[in-house]
Amino acid sequence: MNSHKLPVGSYIRFEKPQLQAVIDRLRQLGYRTVGPRRVDEAIVYDDLRSIDELPVGYLDYQDGGVYRLRHSADGGWFDYVVGPHSLKNFLFPPRDRVLEAHREPGGWRMETPAVDEPPIAAIGVRSCDLHALAIQDRVFLEQEYVDPAYRARRANLFVLAINCRRAAATCFCHSMNTGPQVTRGYDLAATEVDDHFVVEVGSDAGGHVVTAADWVPSALADVERARQQSQALKRRMQGRQAAAATRPRHASSAAELGPAAELGPPAESGRAAELGDVPGIGAVGESDVAQHQPLGRFLDTRELPELLLSNLSHPRWEQVAERCLSCANCTLVCPTCFCSSVEEVGDLTGEHVVRQRSWASCFTAEHSYMNSGTVRKTTASRYRQWLTHKLATWHEQFGTSGCVGCGRCITWCPVGIDLTQEVAAIRGDES
Amino acid sequence: MSTAAPGAAPASPWLAHTARIRSLKPEAPGITTYELALDDAGLAERFRFRPGQFNMLYLPGCGEAAISISSDPERRGLIGHTVRVAGNVTQALARLQVGDQLGLRGPFGSSWPVDAVRGQDVVIACGGVGLAPLRPAIYHLIRHRQDYGRVFLLYGARSPHDLLYTDEFDQWRAAGIEVEMTVDLGNSDWQGHIGVVPILFYRLRLKAPRTCVLTCGPEIMMRFVIFEALARKVAKENIYISMERNMNCALSFCGHCQLGPAFVCKDGPVFPYRAMEPYLNLEEF
Ligand SMILES: Cc1cc2nc3c(=O)[nH]c(=O)nc-3n(C[C@H](O)[C@H](O)[C@H](O)COP(=O)(O)OP(=O)(O)OC[C@H]3O[C@@H](n4cnc5c(N)ncnc54)[C@H](O)[C@@H]3O)c2cc1C
Ligand code: SF4
Ligand code: SF4
Repeated sequence: MNSHKLPVGSYIRFEKPQLQAVIDRLRQLGYRTVGPRRVDEAIVYDDLRSIDELPVGYLDYQDGGVYRLRHSADGGWFDYVVGPHSLKNFLFPPRDRVLEAHREPGGWRMETPAVDEPPIAAIGVRSCDLHALAIQDRVFLEQEYVDPAYRARRANLFVLAINCRRAAATCFCHSMNTGPQVTRGYDLAATEVDDHFVVEVGSDAGGHVVTAADWVPSALADVERARQQSQALKRRMQGRQAAAATRPRHASSAAELGPAAELGPPAESGRAAELGDVPGIGAVGESDVAQHQPLGRFLDTRELPELLLSNLSHPRWEQVAERCLSCANCTLVCPTCFCSSVEEVGDLTGEHVVRQRSWASCFTAEHSYMNSGTVRKTTASRYRQWLTHKLATWHEQFGTSGCVGCGRCITWCPVGIDLTQEVAAIRGDES
Repeated sequence: MSTAAPGAAPASPWLAHTARIRSLKPEAPGITTYELALDDAGLAERFRFRPGQFNMLYLPGCGEAAISISSDPERRGLIGHTVRVAGNVTQALARLQVGDQLGLRGPFGSSWPVDAVRGQDVVIACGGVGLAPLRPAIYHLIRHRQDYGRVFLLYGARSPHDLLYTDEFDQWRAAGIEVEMTVDLGNSDWQGHIGVVPILFYRLRLKAPRTCVLTCGPEIMMRFVIFEALARKVAKENIYISMERNMNCALSFCGHCQLGPAFVCKDGPVFPYRAMEPYLNLEEF
């Protein structure tokens, strides 16, 4: 074991089981290590103490309203992509305290709750989620006011990122310039190459932690192979974008599979081809993959804010509202959505009160309620609010899109509404 | 990844400061003006606001409400709020007495452009409790009366009983404010107009190129005020409106107050009409 600190920018490799030593080191340093875990047939972020807890070999099958896991003998350690959780669950947790008030003899004493939790080390974070993190930073750290709880958690966050070598059919990071290759915001960035990880050191903390593993310097060839994996994936994603442009419409929706595919195991559907191919991505020729891989998503971002804001009365809003349940799932799984509501939680005596903020959604009536009336009464107006905020007005507010192309809102929408299709419809790309 | 530099944490913007009610004046049925003094003498002395800004008033166990500051910006030590009972928080506020304590955060938001419109004729058009955020602007105009041209206050309420601050109107008139009032429902004593605020424009002889309009009230009222102002050739650039949206934080974190690209809490509540023009007539935006 080497105990010195590796400089930022170093590339090393270690055998996969050595990841345990990295986790152990993080835990010794006081971090709460979280990473992908298989819980209730989905891969979520949860406490991860041992590499035996990783969903090794699992592949996720995602489409509009569909999420399935399948085990494959040749799946890697991290060949599933994103599940319903993101870093937002930890830095901007679903429930959080913003103020405490205590009644004392002289009157109320107000105080800011301390963030009294171990720092988080997140393992297996994807590029899209690091971009989402940067977006939430803008919201909570880089505007006029700084949110103290977010700041406290964020300052101590450790990120071990993973370069994706497989994408789900719902991913469109290539359209949003947010992936699949990790480019920012990590302490360590790892790529699975055969039976080892090629790891880039991204920070001093990463350079220290990684020395816990039994590592060797990466040969240039390893680094090149790792990089090529990401690049090959990006090319395939762009390829399906080109293919989608020439294929009949709806070819990318769940509809192409028929109802059986929605209900049956993925192995019985045409979609299985994707899963079958994936573990062998390195071995399978790219043209083969393109053939077998179902069309994924892409989002044409050209002048997108102008497009949406000049179509605020487009009939498509009413059409999507006929399917949308206004259930708010899309906003809850979105790694950038930041809306919250604050409520009072008192103890029985009323002497101690906590102001608690919890995730909120623009899909609820409460969100735009005023005593003079609810502003957005219809589902059409709420969907319009969500999409125009995400893809248009977000730019004016934060200088970036509010979407990182992670596809979660497509997968976790119970009726499979797909924002890329909604945009395409408004753009008039649909027949 | 540790990008945020560690160091002394800035004070939490969520932290409410305790304040006590110093005086309490019923203005109209369900509407009371409170004068508050922050408990911390230093904070009280440092507290400054611009006309049109608001505070978040907090009643532990009930919640917070966004309430405009309605007092004179030059007055030190006391902060005025005029509150209409609407629901949970405002009802609880109405039960408080002089000496009772509550929490206060602020001031927040943008303000009426009292500097930018210097030299112009000013039309203040408001309805109901919409006069509250404009009262600080009126005090400012009175204090700097020579810096402005004619100043009109066009004010409406449901009935004569619902008009705010009527005991000050003589003073305001004496200071050169031309006050016109209207109510939806008059009574036998009522000598003023009957109808909605925009009708008060009919009697004005505006010098459009040098006139600005500041308006606050229900959105529908403001839309008609704008219509009347534009019909009289007031430039769009010279119209300012105060918007209201659900607010849970006033820090541009909670997202409830979004209105197109704007956060009403931060970019508003006072907006140049130009900024809101695309959205004002859009249903449910
Ligand atoms: C910038 C601004 C300035 C305001 N100034 C004043 C003022 O000077 N005097 C005054 O009487 N009222 C003012 N209001 C309206 C006041 O905020 C609401 O009447 C108050 O929040 C209602 O709270 P409640 O708990 O009594 O009512 P409830 O109906 O119980 O409200 C529940 C929640 O809904 C939200 N809400 C309801 N109505 C409104 C509303 N109209 N505006 C914003 N949020 C709302 C709040 O988050 C509130 O906590 C202002 C609103 C804004 C946005
Ligand atoms: S809008 Fe959908 S695809 Fe975009 S970041 Fe949010 S969840 Fe992901
Ligand atoms: S788009 Fe889908 S997930 Fe979002 S509110 Fe509508 S039904 Fe729910």
